[in-house]
Amino acid sequence: MPDRILASLCVPGRAESLRLIRGMVREAALARGATAEWAHDLVLAVDEACQNVVRHGYGDHGLSGDVIVEVTANGEGLCVHVTDFATPVDPATIRPRDLEDIRPGGLGVFLMRALTDECVWEAPPPGAGNVLRLCKWLPKNSREGEHT
Amino acid sequence: MSVSVSNRGGAHIVTLAGEIDLQTSPQVRDAVLDSLRQGGAVVIDMGGISYIDSSGVASLVEGFQVARRQGVAFILAAVSPAAMRVLQLARLDKVFAFQPDVDTALAEGI
Repeated sequence: MPDRILASLCVPGRAESLRLIRGMVREAALARGATAEWAHDLVLAVDEACQNVVRHGYGDHGLSGDVIVEVTANGEGLCVHVTDFATPVDPATIRPRDLEDIRPGGLGVFLMRALTDECVWEAPPPGAGNVLRLCKWLPKNSREGEHT
Repeated sequence: MSVSVSNRGGAHIVTLAGEIDLQTSPQVRDAVLDSLRQGGAVVIDMGGISYIDSSGVASLVEGFQVARRQGVAFILAAVSPAAMRVLQLARLDKVFAFQPDVDTALAEGI
């Protein structure tokens, strides 16, 4: 089945926006039939992606800009696209840190990957900086068109 | 999100409630480090936390490291399943000391 947009939000790339983003993703996931635990994991992954934009994409460079978050449903689950307008980064340089190294910080990318089934940086459209696609598949009996 | 600090049995109790994220985690960090600066054990009451992200976890890890250097106890109490899931994913469930509630932490943990 084709992707269907469930919710979309364009907000300033600031820490104050994260609560609103989480609320939208959580409600979209619950409306799609996800459990609270499943929704929490997707919300956390998206939150980590957006805070990377706030902290590193904009904050580290003294920049400000918007973040666009779009939630789509397909036959397997939900995908969330996070688009920023910061300086493009090379996805090959984005790596989670070694968890054996106990220190504050650096967990965001690890959590994004651990909590989703797809975590892929896509080619940004003209004018955008970076586009991250996070997808999480629902259990088979929760997918659209399938019933137990 | 709310943060409050009290003293019981010679320990600092940092009580957290609500959502800990990039906006609110600096308050957590400040409360934890301020308590550690005063000396003595620190118990983090996490029973009221409904959400925690990596920045909140980072504040706890920083507190843990300072406490270890000082040789004082640093205990997480009443950790919710959602918060524990994040700590387990980050493999921190083997690093922190946990107790089911503050009373048990004060009686047995410090």
